[in-house]
Amino acid sequence: MWILTGGRVIDPANGLDEVADVVIDEGKILAVGEGAGAPYRERAERVIDCAGKLVTPGFVDIHVHLREPGHEYKEDIASGLAAAAAGGFTAVCAMPNTKPVNDERAITRAMIERAREVGGSRFFPIAAITKGLEGKELTEMAELKAAGAIAVSDDGKCVMNAQVMRRAFEYARGQGLLVIQHCEDHHMTAGSHMHEGPNATRLGLRGFPREAEDIIVARDIILAELTGARYHVAHISSARSVRLVREAKERGLPVTAEVTPHHLLLTDDAVLGYDTHCKCNPPLREESDRRALVEALADGTIDCIATDHAPHSTLEKDCEFDRAAVGVNGLETAFPALLQLVDRGELGLGRLVEALTISPVRVLPEVGGGTLSVGAPADVVVLDPERRWTVRREALRSRSHNTPLLDTEVKGAVELTLVGGQVAFERVS
Amino acid sequence: MKSHFPHRHLLGIEGLRREDVELLLDTAESFFDVSRRPVKKVPTLRGKTILNVFYENSTRTRTSFELAGKRLSADVVNMSMSTSSVAKGESLYDTVKTLEAMRPDVVVIRHASSGAPHFVARHVSHCVVNAGDGMHEHPTQALLDAFTIRRKKGTLEGLVVTICGDIAHSRVARSNMLLLKLFGAEVRLAAPPTLLPKGVEAYGVRVFDRLEPALEGADVVMALRVQNERLMGGAFFPSAKEYSKTFGLSDRSLRPAKPDAIVMHPGPMNRGIEIEPSVADGKRSVVLDQVEAGVAVRMAVLYLLSADEAEAP
Repeated sequence: MWILTGGRVIDPANGLDEVADVVIDEGKILAVGEGAGAPYRERAERVIDCAGKLVTPGFVDIHVHLREPGHEYKEDIASGLAAAAAGGFTAVCAMPNTKPVNDERAITRAMIERAREVGGSRFFPIAAITKGLEGKELTEMAELKAAGAIAVSDDGKCVMNAQVMRRAFEYARGQGLLVIQHCEDHHMTAGSHMHEGPNATRLGLRGFPREAEDIIVARDIILAELTGARYHVAHISSARSVRLVREAKERGLPVTAEVTPHHLLLTDDAVLGYDTHCKCNPPLREESDRRALVEALADGTIDCIATDHAPHSTLEKDCEFDRAAVGVNGLETAFPALLQLVDRGELGLGRLVEALTISPVRVLPEVGGGTLSVGAPADVVVLDPERRWTVRREALRSRSHNTPLLDTEVKGAVELTLVGGQVAFERVS
Repeated sequence: MKSHFPHRHLLGIEGLRREDVELLLDTAESFFDVSRRPVKKVPTLRGKTILNVFYENSTRTRTSFELAGKRLSADVVNMSMSTSSVAKGESLYDTVKTLEAMRPDVVVIRHASSGAPHFVARHVSHCVVNAGDGMHEHPTQALLDAFTIRRKKGTLEGLVVTICGDIAHSRVARSNMLLLKLFGAEVRLAAPPTLLPKGVEAYGVRVFDRLEPALEGADVVMALRVQNERLMGGAFFPSAKEYSKTFGLSDRSLRPAKPDAIVMHPGPMNRGIEIEPSVADGKRSVVLDQVEAGVAVRMAVLYLLSADEAEAP
């Protein structure tokens, strides 16, 4: 039995935000409340003083790339899950753009098996919508689901053919699977490396227009309405896409969306100077988009935050901008990065915690968790919102270091991550 | 006379102040006559090593840099990268670190990737000169254009300069827009909207989708090369024939410009597409003056970046 005592407990699923104790026993939440630990003090193996700290459900990230199998030089399931735990994430959903692609049950099984060996944060694979992410033939979704896949996505690629997408929606609905789309009209973005606009023009780089995203979001909402499928917009980045999602929700469609920390915090100004750590897809856009994303996250139009953790090796980032890989390493810096939004008054702390915990679980209930409800698995994180630390390569558990925050000082640190009551990460101070 | 050029590299016009450009142009003036002498050499950069590292094919720019270095008595080595280590898969990082170990004073680089010279500059201790990077900048071209305009018109200030053609893919246009705005010229762009990059108005330029109004009262008309290699298959315009009819410079299409307007082209020209032969070879054309200016301007750049303090030209 462990007691986390005297921390500010934020559990949005239960409408809780108060100084309280959290009692954990046999891997589950035993009690939560002010003074709830007192009766158990004698029996507790460990009592952790959480005064001045935040105690929340473990974070849930429904969009990460752990690169195994195939790209273990960037990340593997072990390093990725270690990074997740160090970032306060007790559950992650891994995208299928591995090598080979996770489009067959054997691969899904192997990934789950590997994650089980590793232990620590919970691992849920997302399978491909189409074989080889080629946008042509549907994967065996029933088989994949039976093997443990919890959703389908061709992330990194968009299913461009509307007829294939319609069939994917219909078939996935039959399996009860959420369809997650990477919204990008690839014809409009061929050869592009950043957001289309004055900065791209100034840097002499071809740009992704917002409309390449908006067109697919609009099309997919129409197809989702036609088919009744559960549709989720991955890493939404444009103000108009937000409007489209808002309107779809108002009409009662089962449409959800996620946003990344980098899209909430940065604009394409960060790319000036050809900083490849800020090269991502969708690209960082303009301040008007960023504001729309923050507002939409605050009002619930955007359901949750997902890091789109995309590790890449130094070789793939320390090179010419147009040759650099796309993606931002996100798991270990998400909390301090996002805390900036709270400190600047752009987002409430309660909503931030919600968007990292119960909100993603509502999008993808298959994951479970996201609460401190009595009887729930003890997936808990203790956070120090004041601790400052510098994002050094050596400090990261991820095998890669491609973050715009590299070598900068940040405020906000993960102190302790428990998964099912077991320590998955503990800061050594 | 080496006055203060406060930059270690020449990566673009962006970041230069007006006085930096003036110093470059004035220094180029002082070198201009060297190339017209029977003995076309000054000892200014004796003992310095310049590497011309060209990842894209180039005849005029490479030759111009080579002559500029040699006329300053530097040792100049040309490296054509398409046939060397790149073909073996060596990264840009490894290539430039290898070259750096040979202790050059200046590396002049042309590369198809926008920002490649900036990448190189971050990793080396010697001076880097951008000889054209992707669609980003071509600063020595803008400098030689400014040099030519200044010689022909006396000043850049207040001139109406119309740049015509494929702005979207043009590093020449970007460098020229920056430089001309630094000097208070009125810059106009004329192009089919498919060839105008998004947000180009941020440069403080006026955009026209037809040639005629853009040329009204122009002092300087710059044609850009239609870069077939970049435009192929992109549905930017339907045919070269239609392009030449709507945006090609001819004696007729140039009528709205001032009678003494000069016509410029960075070369190589597609005669009959963006410029009619009668214009290219006509009396308004300063195309060959630009080429001559190129050597003087590049001498100035190499000198200001690499000469030791005490040396005079």
